[in-house]
Amino acid sequence: MADYTIIDRRVNPKGKNLSNRQRFLERTKQWVKKKVRERSVNRDIGATGGEDISISGDDIAEPTFDYDRHKGTWDRVLPGNKEFVPGDKIKRGGEGDGKGKKASDSGDGEDDFVFSISKEEYLDILFDDLELPDLIKESENAAVTFERKRTGFSTSGSPNNLDLERSLKNALGRKIALGLPLDRKIKELEAQLLLATEEEKVSIELEISSLRKRRLAIAYIDQVDVRYKRHTMMPVPNSQAVVFCLMDVSGSMGQGEKETAKRFFLLLYLFLQRKYTKVDIVFVRHTTDASECTEHEFFYGQESGGTMVSTGVKCVNDIVQDRYPIDAWNIYCVQASDGDNFDHDNAALRNELELLIPKCQYYVYNEVLQSTTYNSNRKTNVFDVMVKLKDEYHNLSIVNIGSVEDVVPTFREIFSKKDKHGK
Amino acid sequence: MIAPELKLDIYPNQLEVITSEQMLDAYASVGLPVMYKHWSFGKQFSRESDLYRKGKRGLAYEMVLNTNPCINFLMEENSATTQVLVLAHAAYGHNHVFKNNYMFKQWTDAGNIVDYLIFARNFITECEEKYGFDKVETTLDAVHALMNFGVDRYNRPGKLSFAKEQEKQEERKKYLQEQVNELWKTVPVTKAAPAEPKKFLKEPEENILYFLEKKSPKLETWQREIIRIVRKVAQYFEPQRCTKVLNEGWASFTHYYMMNRLWDKGLLSDGAMLEFCQLHSGVLYQPGFDSNYYSGMNPYYLGFEIFAEIRRMCEKPTDEDAEYFPDLVGTPWVDACIDAVANYRDESFIRQFLTPNLCRKMGLFLLDDDSKSDYNVKAIHDASGYKKIKKALADQYLTENYMPKIEIVDVDHYGSRKLTLMFYETNGKALSKQTTKVMKYVEQLWGFPVALVDQNSKPYSV
Repeated sequence: MADYTIIDRRVNPKGKNLSNRQRFLERTKQWVKKKVRERSVNRDIGATGGEDISISGDDIAEPTFDYDRHKGTWDRVLPGNKEFVPGDKIKRGGEGDGKGKKASDSGDGEDDFVFSISKEEYLDILFDDLELPDLIKESENAAVTFERKRTGFSTSGSPNNLDLERSLKNALGRKIALGLPLDRKIKELEAQLLLATEEEKVSIELEISSLRKRRLAIAYIDQVDVRYKRHTMMPVPNSQAVVFCLMDVSGSMGQGEKETAKRFFLLLYLFLQRKYTKVDIVFVRHTTDASECTEHEFFYGQESGGTMVSTGVKCVNDIVQDRYPIDAWNIYCVQASDGDNFDHDNAALRNELELLIPKCQYYVYNEVLQSTTYNSNRKTNVFDVMVKLKDEYHNLSIVNIGSVEDVVPTFREIFSKKDKHGK
Repeated sequence: MIAPELKLDIYPNQLEVITSEQMLDAYASVGLPVMYKHWSFGKQFSRESDLYRKGKRGLAYEMVLNTNPCINFLMEENSATTQVLVLAHAAYGHNHVFKNNYMFKQWTDAGNIVDYLIFARNFITECEEKYGFDKVETTLDAVHALMNFGVDRYNRPGKLSFAKEQEKQEERKKYLQEQVNELWKTVPVTKAAPAEPKKFLKEPEENILYFLEKKSPKLETWQREIIRIVRKVAQYFEPQRCTKVLNEGWASFTHYYMMNRLWDKGLLSDGAMLEFCQLHSGVLYQPGFDSNYYSGMNPYYLGFEIFAEIRRMCEKPTDEDAEYFPDLVGTPWVDACIDAVANYRDESFIRQFLTPNLCRKMGLFLLDDDSKSDYNVKAIHDASGYKKIKKALADQYLTENYMPKIEIVDVDHYGSRKLTLMFYETNGKALSKQTTKVMKYVEQLWGFPVALVDQNSKPYSV
């Protein structure tokens, strides 16, 4: 048997091509961005899969000097002859002769290149150059939690924190430092021994043996060598958030309006998920009465009756009070409504909002209007209240979304980097 | 045991078990264990992994490299039988070709390639840090476009190794530095104009990258080094391109022989043998031209059959064989095969060993395609057509036939410094539309105008 070695490479890190793929994505960024933004209009953003991207263009072409396979004379040898004899003519482009396939392998590189990006990459691109407004960071710092972190070494600790490498390094150093002078001395004496007289020899030998004993007595490891990993509780910025989705589900909100609202909720949810390690989502719906509900009820349940927006905001306030202390949670709230409200409820709404908005990192009021009924001059009750509050709170944002196509652009507008100081 | 029966002479094997994910990685870096970074490898990787993940394409059972020791990547999920087959195929068959075929011996240095690639990767990373990603990428893009034209087809290149390369690179840098010497400016200039403008090139240069590396006026030293790296990689792969049929044929012949011998000796169970037969016939399937699965000649099949024919002619020759291959008849078949592996490449291998019998078995026929009128059947697998088919099939494996012949013919040394490339046209074949883009890359590397002309020195346009 010839000589051979077997190596198990399966344990090697995978993803050797990650940086190549990143370079490739970087190069196609403009195309991919465009495609992703186009698609995001109609795509169910919450869906888990990635996305097929098809791109073309000079950026990813790899041209070489090559023949045009459709010109000139080619002699082709083919296998599988059954009935042909020399001199036969075969019609060009006929179905049966199998030559149709030949035409496609010309490899001109002009075809679109199709590849998939993962959900992560998709969202990266979708939320590229968006960020949370600055004001949020201030309060983020205010609310901190503590986390154990490695901070060097200590001379005491529990055995499971023992740092073996460091301890042995110290031991080695100590052994060398203590041993060297003795070794040197022994060497000197041994040299003297060769020249010494008989009487001197006895005393020198005695000295050598005592030095040797001392040499041997140097401990392999000593208490002073031992080091433990030190951990300290370090403050880390709070990294959990809760999103309140508050929607008016009264009769005036049609399925279309809800669909639009849903997309906006989802976008914010996904965006925050990327910014915080833990994101809770709470659905609250209201008519003249508000309640927390499941996602399904939230989007598909239909109720009838009037609208009292204040009840919804109050419900959110109560939930915050009960479950989400503001020093531990970053609170975001999106409210979708068609703007209708009972006139007598406006004052109550304003009161509730004045309680809630200061607790929030960001409050988005999304007035959903179907384009058919959209009228820029229309002033709704809720809109009125919001506009008045806008002057007081810069973490309040008011948007008007007429149709599904506007969702992503509007979202980008709110969180785009240039907008970070708020209005 | 069995390898000596075939007189196999191989490099020591290094068998590396890998996962499917690592196989995909290996695909993207053209199978090399170390490679510099470039977006095109990422593109390749994206394509391959997409095809694989969607179930449109399976992965190779193995991948083998022309290195010493010979590196074999083996997929972890291969069954035991597959693993044996793969070892016979790659670790013995391909390995033997790498060590013994004249093209590999002449053009590649199996012992040093990994070292060289490490040097290349480090160098390019260093350049990216020093000169920026964009600059390096732009240079690599241009050089990659000319990769197929960075090969010495006639000259023999020197051996490469990491230490020597580094030393040489230092030397080149030093030399260039020495050229910047104020003293030279004091040398009096002679007024006499050159009597006759000398031709810059004594003869046409086929290795475009080599020319650009050495003669391009505007390139930086590191850019020249990058050209050199790409050139060396291209050169390393050149023998593999020229010996696809021979290489796969011999590897298939080896695994077929070894598996059968193992079975003969009772070392392989009948069940495993059946599994092998199924795998073997799958790999060696050659659909007819009219099949939906047809995608050209299967090199595994063609090569395997030719070696099988050589063996048959040695052992049980017919009258026909005696007429066409008198030298083979009655000689030891192993020696005949080993000689064929050592001294041929695809084109000469087919020209020498394609038999009338195999022509008939495959039902080969020759079609004349002028890209316009109906196809004309010029010859079929009969006595009168055999030689024509053999010639045409061998010609298909000539480099000129699948890659245009383009050479640097002139530099306007005293004027605009225009660089002229000539395309040698045969049988009315034309260059594809990409040519314009490639010429832009040539211009980028040359730094002055470039032109493409046909054989009559008339400007060529696509």
